[in-house]
Amino acid sequence: MTAIDMSVRPTPGAPRAYTFPAFESVTLPNGLRIVIAPQRKLPLVTVLALVDAGSVADPVGQEGVAQLTASLVTEGTGDLTGAALAELVELMGSSLDSGADWDSSVVKLTTLSSRLPEAISVLARGLTDPSLPEDEFQRLRTERLADLLQQRSEPRSLADEAFAQVIYAPGARYAKPDGGTEQSVRALTLDQLRAFHADRYSPVVTTVVLVGDVSVDGGIALVTKVLGDWTGTRPSDSSAPDTTLLTARGVRIVRKIDAPQSELRVGHVGPRRLTPDYFPLVLCNAILGGLFSSRLNLNLREEHAYTYGAHSGFDWRRWAGPFSMDAAVQSDVSAKAVREILNEFEKIRAEPVTASELSLAKSYLDGVFPIRFESTRAIASALASQSIFGLPADYYDTYRASIRAVTAEQILKASEVHLHPDRLQVVAVGDADSISSDLSALGHGLVTVVDPIDALGQ
Amino acid sequence: MTFRHLIAAGALALLPALCSAQSTRLRVPYTLDTLANGLTLIVHEDHSVPIVTTNVWFHVGSGDEKTGRTGFAHLFEHLMFMGSGHAPYPQFDRLLEAAGASNNGSTTEDRTNYYEFGPSSSLRLMLWLEADRMGWLLPTMDTPKVDLQRDVVKNERRQSYENQPYGMVADVQPALTYPAGHPYSWPVIGSMADLSAASLDDVKNFFRRYYAPNNATLVVAGDVKADEVRALVREYFGEIPRGPAIERPSPTPFTVRDTAVTLQDRVQLARLYLNWHTVKGTAADSPALQVAAYVLAGSRTGRLTQALVYDSELATTVQAYNDAKRLDGDFAVVATARPGLALDTLQRVIDQQLQQLAADGPTTRELEQARNATEASFLRSVQTVSGKADQLNEYYYQRGTPDGFQDDLDQLRAVSAADIQRVVRTYLQAPRVMISVVPQGKPALAATMKKVTP
Repeated sequence: MTAIDMSVRPTPGAPRAYTFPAFESVTLPNGLRIVIAPQRKLPLVTVLALVDAGSVADPVGQEGVAQLTASLVTEGTGDLTGAALAELVELMGSSLDSGADWDSSVVKLTTLSSRLPEAISVLARGLTDPSLPEDEFQRLRTERLADLLQQRSEPRSLADEAFAQVIYAPGARYAKPDGGTEQSVRALTLDQLRAFHADRYSPVVTTVVLVGDVSVDGGIALVTKVLGDWTGTRPSDSSAPDTTLLTARGVRIVRKIDAPQSELRVGHVGPRRLTPDYFPLVLCNAILGGLFSSRLNLNLREEHAYTYGAHSGFDWRRWAGPFSMDAAVQSDVSAKAVREILNEFEKIRAEPVTASELSLAKSYLDGVFPIRFESTRAIASALASQSIFGLPADYYDTYRASIRAVTAEQILKASEVHLHPDRLQVVAVGDADSISSDLSALGHGLVTVVDPIDALGQ
Repeated sequence: MTFRHLIAAGALALLPALCSAQSTRLRVPYTLDTLANGLTLIVHEDHSVPIVTTNVWFHVGSGDEKTGRTGFAHLFEHLMFMGSGHAPYPQFDRLLEAAGASNNGSTTEDRTNYYEFGPSSSLRLMLWLEADRMGWLLPTMDTPKVDLQRDVVKNERRQSYENQPYGMVADVQPALTYPAGHPYSWPVIGSMADLSAASLDDVKNFFRRYYAPNNATLVVAGDVKADEVRALVREYFGEIPRGPAIERPSPTPFTVRDTAVTLQDRVQLARLYLNWHTVKGTAADSPALQVAAYVLAGSRTGRLTQALVYDSELATTVQAYNDAKRLDGDFAVVATARPGLALDTLQRVIDQQLQQLAADGPTTRELEQARNATEASFLRSVQTVSGKADQLNEYYYQRGTPDGFQDDLDQLRAVSAADIQRVVRTYLQAPRVMISVVPQGKPALAATMKKVTP
């Protein structure tokens, strides 16, 4: 055994080349798109059926209909009740679930490859011909209402919802929770769900992603067998959500009596996912609040110990989603913490990031890239994003080069264009009585105080 | 489990498991070495993606803490990132992030783990950083560092417990389920008063006692060559001196008495927590308790799920799990009532379902479903090298052999209907701790000691 000189710090070499899994895509005559990435590591296959029927497609007054419809897709089809369907899937050692986010509705299946033909047939039957039974509808609606009730006591949900309310114009879809408000969910009817399914679930706007122990030809044959006869036309475009900004700065406090911490959100509406400034903004965010060694975390956690962690992020959606800086801080330092957040925000758009910050952030994003694609589910999600946002076919092959190419000047320029100090809204869920005077003293516009029930879009 | 910093939801889904592809036996090949200073090294090669993970377990957790210093093992975990002899703060995070690697640590009752994952080219850096803080932590440790991380941990406690609906259950449950002095009778996060009391001397003593190579196991997994790893680890860790032999806590046997506690909290829906004392993870009854938890609430067709959430709609959610730790275990059923409903109603249904399961046992179909679901979850969990690495460490600590995947699965698959009847009767029809969390001003919703008698 040779002892080593510990004062010599090892310098990692360049990461080994990594190639994103090869995939092929085809479109069936009925308009359904298939994307297949064979991966022979384990006898598993993940299937995602993505329908362009996310919460942004909720008709006005029916907020929440996309999520409830998606949940019901796996609650029975034909002669299979919801319970029978779940039992059948579990007996096969498969997992099947469904839901919706802002941009799409999705049915997810992971199964042993030996059971793929049966399992994908169950998925297809639910997707195209769900029973949408009255009792399951009532139950899921009651559950959603109970969730909304619970959120009145949850600082993080309250902060997110209150933040959406203050950055989007009233009436904008994004101003309300993706699962709907108490009022809209209470008013939903099963007929509205049936109409949503009939209008929005169509092969023309559906992509089926298969990743794992399956061949390209075998996958196409299976999907053709279970979904090739599905017919449907292109739904009318769901209108882009109205994202008109409320431009004045302000502070919104959501009252949580005696809270030992304030849950903070500071930010405004950010750009759409397809912004040409995507890569400069990803790096800007990594440096500002995306990494452990980011400015916000080093300042609020490591220097001041105000919090267990501070972060920032763009919520990338097809339309303009929120940008926010977040931390849960000790109540008595709420205003000081907001001050530090505002300072960091000002700083990142005032001067270029340093060479060492940029180099660290690039190396990090470059290095962790392959780790994001270890499982069939993770690869399938990446292919799903590509499909939802319409990213180029070589997006993952060129990702690392795109990250590497970003300069400090591009980051500064993108910050100037997309970060707006004059529009910054501050939300604090906390003990209003003890934090409001300090927050007023920040001079960050009008301070308003609301109760939790009002923060949930009633 | 308490982490050094928050990680994205979903990353936690690694927890237990592994499984076979139908007939082939599931194997995770490894090499096992013990260095002269007592450090155990386990290496697993997986070349499917060009990444590597290092995963160190120190065999010390909150169960090793002393009265008046609860929360110390976890506070210490935070200090392990505050710089060491050759890598002063903040190099640890900065160098790893600059190498494209992520890292975190977590503390449980039984152990503290530290892990890095990144490009396989960063292995040497990872080993250097881990070796430096195992061998040279104290020269750079000082009171300001302790004070700073103490405040961060206090904020972690505020965020995850005090300001979190139902969060205070985790604070009171250990002392209700385990008797005073039992290593599991206080929460991993510790109390605010004990965190305030921790001193620099405590840090030094704790490090000298528990953070020695003979109390650690290192797993390296991923796109590496075992021989190269073994040579590198000898170079970096070989000179670190062995520490003293460690005395392990050994809890004395006890029985739980029926206990009912009510917490009024800022919540909207009442929630019932039932806790029973069971057995440690390696005990013969542990697999049957795990399968019983699946039969009760592991799927949409679980008995409690079906009865409470679907048929009667009395509850909005229900969970059941057996927390099998190294020295002891406990089983929990947690059910959230629909708005306004008193928890006695949930308690009654839960007791009826337990009685029925004890009397008739699970059906053949239920058992088959449990077996297949378990097998599939094992298979999903071996998809990532990080998941495999932590599990290799877990099996080695619990069972003395790293590749315990197939044995674990075999034991779960071997559970019979009679086993389930027996464990339900033995453990889940015994005295229990019942915690009702009710909205403030609504104590009448709390469950009472009335039980359904067989």
